[in-house]
Amino acid sequence: MKRGPCALAIALSIALSVVLNVAPKPVNAEDEASTPAAVPSAPALSPIEQALADLSSESAETRSAAVALLIEEGDASLIPKLDEIRATADRAVRQAIKPVVDLLKNRANLSSELPDYRRSAASDLASTGRREAIAWLEAAAAKEEVWWVRYTMEESANLLELRSGDLAARQTAIKKLGDLRSQNGLSTLQELIESGNAADATEEQKALISTATAAVSQIESWSTKATIMETIFRGISLSSILLIMSLGLAIVFGLMGVINMAHGELMMIGAYATFVTQQAFIAWLPPEHFDWYFPASLPLAFLASFGAGWLLEATVIRFLYGRLLETLLATWGVSLILMQSARVYFGDLTAVIAPQALRGGAQVMVGVYLPYNRIFIIILSIVCVVGIYYLLFNSNLGLRVRAVTQNRNMSACLGIPTRKVDSYTFAFASGLAGIAGWALTMVGNVDPGLGQNYIVDAFMVVVTGGVGKLAGTIWASLGIGGLNKLIEPFSGAVYGKVFILVGVILFLQWRPSGLFAAKGRSADA
Amino acid sequence: MPEQMQPQQNSRETLSFYLVGAIFLVVMPLLNVLPSEESWLHLSDFRLNQFGKFLCFAILALGLDLTWGYCGVLSMGQGVFFGFGAYCMGMYLALQIGKESVYGSDLPDFMVWTQVKELPLFWYPFKSFWGGILGAILVPVIFATIFGFLAFRSRIKGVYFAIITQALAFAAWLVFNRNETRLGGTNGLTDFKQVLGYRLSDPSTQLGLYILTVLALIASYLLCRWIVASRAGKVLIAIRDSESRVTFSGYTPWVYKLFVFVVAAGLAGLAGMLYVPQVGIITPAQIGVLPSLEVVIWVAVGGRGTLIGAILGAVVVNFGRSVLTNYFPEAWPFILGGLFVVVVTMFPDGLVGIIRKLFSGGPPAAGVAMPKPQAQGGR
Repeated sequence: MKRGPCALAIALSIALSVVLNVAPKPVNAEDEASTPAAVPSAPALSPIEQALADLSSESAETRSAAVALLIEEGDASLIPKLDEIRATADRAVRQAIKPVVDLLKNRANLSSELPDYRRSAASDLASTGRREAIAWLEAAAAKEEVWWVRYTMEESANLLELRSGDLAARQTAIKKLGDLRSQNGLSTLQELIESGNAADATEEQKALISTATAAVSQIESWSTKATIMETIFRGISLSSILLIMSLGLAIVFGLMGVINMAHGELMMIGAYATFVTQQAFIAWLPPEHFDWYFPASLPLAFLASFGAGWLLEATVIRFLYGRLLETLLATWGVSLILMQSARVYFGDLTAVIAPQALRGGAQVMVGVYLPYNRIFIIILSIVCVVGIYYLLFNSNLGLRVRAVTQNRNMSACLGIPTRKVDSYTFAFASGLAGIAGWALTMVGNVDPGLGQNYIVDAFMVVVTGGVGKLAGTIWASLGIGGLNKLIEPFSGAVYGKVFILVGVILFLQWRPSGLFAAKGRSADA
Repeated sequence: MPEQMQPQQNSRETLSFYLVGAIFLVVMPLLNVLPSEESWLHLSDFRLNQFGKFLCFAILALGLDLTWGYCGVLSMGQGVFFGFGAYCMGMYLALQIGKESVYGSDLPDFMVWTQVKELPLFWYPFKSFWGGILGAILVPVIFATIFGFLAFRSRIKGVYFAIITQALAFAAWLVFNRNETRLGGTNGLTDFKQVLGYRLSDPSTQLGLYILTVLALIASYLLCRWIVASRAGKVLIAIRDSESRVTFSGYTPWVYKLFVFVVAAGLAGLAGMLYVPQVGIITPAQIGVLPSLEVVIWVAVGGRGTLIGAILGAVVVNFGRSVLTNYFPEAWPFILGGLFVVVVTMFPDGLVGIIRKLFSGGPPAAGVAMPKPQAQGGR
């Protein structure tokens, strides 16, 4: 007599798991038998408590009714209880509970304090495909203040409606998805059109085609616009990275005629200084202060690179003034040594964890997402440019630097200590490299090859920009960075680089000494 | 400058060249063949093969010395031309593998595993031996002509040229690493079996290739000497010392620069061509920025502006490398970097300069040193 209900329970639980989109797994009959007996129901229990108790019932029908009730009536306060049941129950019950817990968690997260949580809860709910969620999403959307979260909520609600509603509701859902320019809805809509065009399409499917086609074209034309916006942003972002690296290079090249091939490694020193600061914060300070490591490492990165640059100038470069090619070779040697030192000391796998404030990004419009770390680098490069301009044109040191750049011998005659100016400028430019390295930890790993990855590009910027004017460096990095990102979608990253090289060579046909060439007597130096 | 050298010094360089040539061409092969394996005089096949490789590098260094040491044009992309030559020869050798390959297909192995069904069109010329040989010389020469024409005509010079060629090396490395260029991607071309029916694994084939390399080196040296000693060679040196004055004297410097750059590219191609059958593999790692720069350090260590210095530098640095990387594998980048710094700051005339100093007991002969900055004015 016992086998009958058991077999029924198995069949029902399989049916249930199919309904709940869970892969059906055969249930062990022995497991079923050892389930704790259902708690006898007492009239004092509230419906929810009753449902909780029913979850462990042997009958699958009772269970699914309980699940439906819990989803309808329950809230996040039930989750601990559900987890408790899940911990002791057998597999069939666990499978029944899992979607309940997920749904309730997501529902609770809809009113979380963090916008990111609310958003991801909303997009999760769209994929569970349960109708009950529509009402929650709409209620949450009505209260929502962050437009991007509200957008996701509306999108999810419409997606659910599209999958489960009647014809009229689906039609409005399609229209709304089109109005929302929903990127997530695009594939569903395309499937709809496809199945509508299929030979065995039902009347309802055919009726949806025209609305869906209109919505798809609406979404696609918008996404073209969004792609253009994003390309522009990526171009500016790459330009700012190039700019922040080339600034120090250009100053040293323009002022002293030194090609500093170790510039990339000075950046690497800045990046490692950031890494070391982070490790120190992890080791010695409570975790809640962790995020402060990033601002704290800025002066350290600057000083480390400043010191390294000062040392480099004092030991190697001072012997090579006026011999451009020799400075290039000697600094290459230095860069090899620094790189290998980093490899031996730190190893190859070191990364910096971005502070909370720089994680994630801003959704400025539908389909255009700007990561905070990129925005940060853009702002930093602007700050650096403004700072350098101020220093060069509004300070005593800047005056001397400009004088020495224009005419070294005359400046010496007028009493400017050119050796000191050289030494300070080189160290300062190295410090700039340190800041660049500090910022680059936000977009990539800290590894010994950090400098090498960018140095060729940075030199292209300096060559294209011309020597002696910062404006050249700025325009050249904007041009090269922008062009690079413009070509990349069509050619891929590698051929993009090749095209840039060809472009620079052709550009130099037209302007052999870069955008802003030095003019006058010293031009042929 | 070489043309100002006293006849005695000139004959000294000739003498040392004959001496070195005789050692490489006659003594070393004899040491390999004649003494028994146990004798301390015996030069193992491995060492001989290694020296064959170094002498290929010496040809490469000669080319750079011609452009940099004599004409003042620093090319940091010689590895690219070397790679072109090596890949052309490698393609010929890869097609010679035939059915002996791992997959037993007529196509090279990497094409089998990257799902290439037919031989790409540009591989066809390399089915013949002469296609490989001609390609190894002509491809770098043609490429250098186009690149050099664009660069020199628009008066890109000095550091600008160095940086552009470095970018070229970087770009070439990126492209050769790609699989869709049908050149073997990161793995390059390898597993060669035979050349003209001779088995590459045979010691006698390797000995033959070694002797061929020495002969090619001697021929390259004589070619470079001829160029340097000719009237054009004097213009080259004049360009190095003061390009503006050469222009004002009615010459067109860029034509001379282009000529010498193309010759150097051809020599690099020749070096690559001889390198591949002896080493048995060519990968993009031989092309990139660092290998190209190592050529510069060989020339600088040996002594730029003297042809014998380039040969000496290539052999000495590479021999030192093969010995040192055996014992201290992690230290080599330190040594290489240190060599850059020390040679550039303290011994601008390299080994040849040091030897000259020792022999003459005084300061190095005037004119051997590179022009001093004052000669160029400015900065």
